[in-house]
Amino acid sequence: MTYTQLAVLGVLAAVLVDTVLLRTWLLRRRTYWTAYAIVLFFQLVTNGIFTGLDIVRYDPDAILGPRIAFAPVEDLLFGWAMITTTLSTWTWLGRRGLRT
Amino acid sequence: MRHLTYLAVLAGCLLGTLPLEIGLRTRVYARWRRWLLALAPTVVVFVIWDLYAIARGHWTYDRAQLTGILLPGGLPLDELLFFVVTPTCAILAFEAVRAVRGWEVGDE
Repeated sequence: MTYTQLAVLGVLAAVLVDTVLLRTWLLRRRTYWTAYAIVLFFQLVTNGIFTGLDIVRYDPDAILGPRIAFAPVEDLLFGWAMITTTLSTWTWLGRRGLRT
Repeated sequence: MRHLTYLAVLAGCLLGTLPLEIGLRTRVYARWRRWLLALAPTVVVFVIWDLYAIARGHWTYDRAQLTGILLPGGLPLDELLFFVVTPTCAILAFEAVRAVRGWEVGDE
């Protein structure tokens, strides 16, 4: 599979984790979207450094092509899936009573 | 020193978000069991993704800007740390928004 296909799958999986698997439904929470907006800004900065300095290079055949702040658009999907999965798990653990 | 470039970016992320834990009392590191358990699935899944992407050549790393320490499968140590640092910063941002705005998130 290409990075593009995996990134779309990652987003779908993250949505399922939040809504069906853990049922945390952060996708309906203002706290989540506000936090994501903040994280997105800093992701563009750090992703820009990683790709701008050529620390990471992408195979042109594995991505669509469009880039934002040097990074392929797929990175935004990758990051969103990673952050959403983490925050859903964090919230789920709290709901289950893990508070330490 | 160039081999520490990647690590320096990660360190910047941790240092930049540290005031949230102290100033806003996000209590993410303080609740270290919950913090580590929240990271675990993310680290496992995204390391597998990364290993697949490395094997398929989706992306490559500039060895000169990494520590040079490679884990099984050719995973750079720097990259493993990325999967710890980024989710940690996200949780800190999440708890910071909660601390400031007080909106419910469903675990109250």
